Amino acid sequence: MAKNKAVLLQGNEACVMGAIRAGMRFYGGYPITPSSEVAEQSSILLPKVGGKFIQMEDEIASIASVIGASLTGTKAMTASSGPGISLKQELVGYASMAEIPLVIVYIMRMGPSTGLPTSPAAGDIMQAKWGTHGDHSIIAVCPSSVKEMYELTIKAFNFAEKYRTPVYLITDEVIAHMREGVELEDDYEVIDRVRPSEAPSADYLPYRCEEGCDVPPMAAYGDGYKFHVTGLSHGESGFPTNSPEVNDKLVRRIVNKVEAHADEICINETHFMEDAEQVFVAYGSCARTAHYVVKQLRAEGVKAGLFVPKVLWPFPANALKAAVSDKVKNVIVPEMNMGQYVLEVERVLGGKCPVTGISKVSGELFKTDELYEKVMEVIGK
Amino acid sequence: MSSSVNYLRANKMPHIWCPGCGNGIVMSNIIRAINDSGIDREKTVIVSGIGCSSRAPGYMDFDTLHTAHGRAIPFATGIKMANPELNVIVITGDGDSSAIGGNHLIHGCRRNIDITVVIVNNNIYGMTSGQYSPLTPTGAWATTAQYGNIDRPFDIPRVVAACGATYVARASVFHVPQLKNYIQAGLANKGFSIIEAISICPTYFGRKNGMGDAPEMLKWLKDNCKMLKPGDAGNYLAGTAEYDVPYVLGEFVKTTAPEYTESYMKVIEKAGGAK
Repeated sequence: MAKNKAVLLQGNEACVMGAIRAGMRFYGGYPITPSSEVAEQSSILLPKVGGKFIQMEDEIASIASVIGASLTGTKAMTASSGPGISLKQELVGYASMAEIPLVIVYIMRMGPSTGLPTSPAAGDIMQAKWGTHGDHSIIAVCPSSVKEMYELTIKAFNFAEKYRTPVYLITDEVIAHMREGVELEDDYEVIDRVRPSEAPSADYLPYRCEEGCDVPPMAAYGDGYKFHVTGLSHGESGFPTNSPEVNDKLVRRIVNKVEAHADEICINETHFMEDAEQVFVAYGSCARTAHYVVKQLRAEGVKAGLFVPKVLWPFPANALKAAVSDKVKNVIVPEMNMGQYVLEVERVLGGKCPVTGISKVSGELFKTDELYEKVMEVIGK
Repeated sequence: MSSSVNYLRANKMPHIWCPGCGNGIVMSNIIRAINDSGIDREKTVIVSGIGCSSRAPGYMDFDTLHTAHGRAIPFATGIKMANPELNVIVITGDGDSSAIGGNHLIHGCRRNIDITVVIVNNNIYGMTSGQYSPLTPTGAWATTAQYGNIDRPFDIPRVVAACGATYVARASVFHVPQLKNYIQAGLANKGFSIIEAISICPTYFGRKNGMGDAPEMLKWLKDNCKMLKPGDAGNYLAGTAEYDVPYVLGEFVKTTAPEYTESYMKVIEKAGGAK
């Protein structure tokens, strides 16, 4: 394949271009640093392809409009940062419960509260995982380069459509705001939601799954199916019910349709893992610093390796267990938070080897020297 | 009249509403208005929030969406923007629309997006058993105002007229022909239309405020509503009209303004995205 010309793009800009490539035709947003460029670029690029942009009156209205648009069969996206995502949470749960495909771009800044609006952090990893009431599952993809902002946004739409679920494209302010030369590929796989195969009829069941599948096909409003959608517990008909059996089946299905497919969903990048003894698990901008430090350690004769989950949720449990061999002496998880993802790493590795978090909450990204020094304290050279 | 039944999901009956509730009257008049306006049923989406009246879409045989508390209007906005061919109707209660959803109500008016909103005002939060709403009259009893409500209520026509709605009317569940005609006029208006339907909640409002049962409450509406005098809408909205009743019914705003999705089509043309 002939190489495409490199273009200089900002992370947030690449995200919108990827979204349009994936078929996004509706964006509902509200301004918030450091995600505002996602709204601005959407307002510029969407009308060029006949798509719709609307700036809503608040964060909640933004995600509400996106759910409404998705129900018309339109691929839709919103974006925000920690304070705004906190406000959107109720409707993230609505989208999980009603199984509405949508993408939420989540650019993390330093919290809690208003915090440091222009500074990077990764303090919202658990908010992305758990941020709505009730049992649900979420998919969260996490780019650590501008090219990945483009490519993983396409993946995020594909996951949303395939699994009928809200998907986060989550990363930190550094990745969102930096500019890099990007060589885009010619072809990207784009997945569209499965529509019902049957014609509209009085017997139509909007939440009936085909045999052997746990994601129901999705009709669009205006197609003639005359179906009902609610955030109340519902059976295959879509209408509310208090049936304990139906509720149990529904909650298990909407969780397991993601969790049981974790191995298909998870995308991981590894560096020098074959003979690694000192293993880093890192994501977002942190993965870039960790990569540099790993190479530095290798140059000094330390058998260092790096595991980068590009999908944070569902957690890549099987892939991580397989990657961490018996030779591994330490697993080190540097994070721009007080230690969130490290807890999952610890849980999954289950005492196989020591797991140590390195935490930074100053609103600055990890510098290579700083990470190197902290790592040396752990590996005790 | 008999055609109304054809628009209902008969297998979802019985409904959850209490005996004497006004929701059925409002729902049936929305259906009559849809029927008489001749809009395409298969291209009509009915959206609601949370509350007693917001359960209506579940009984109506259309594409229907029961959303979260207060959020019907922004969900509806996304539907209308993404597919302007769809007729979008919102059914919402007094608390749903004017308290938790108040921000969306005013901004829907400001945008003048082509959505018809029916606010079913029973003066109380019925679903949660009788707390005061922004439309509960001052002095009324509520489970959270047991010494009498000290809040001043909104007057919906004046609020939404000030915010830019291009069709604003009010009727009651006693004044049924007006209710149906106003909803039909709202559907015909190419813009954001608000029809407030003064309703009755015998269970949590009437009973506790000494208003009697449903027939007595309907009679109260008959005696305590007056029709807006011809040419008096401006005075009413300015607060200078004199009416000696709690509710004035009629059409308060009938105007035109650029409709939002049509304006956006011009943006698409400007950007070069028109097919």
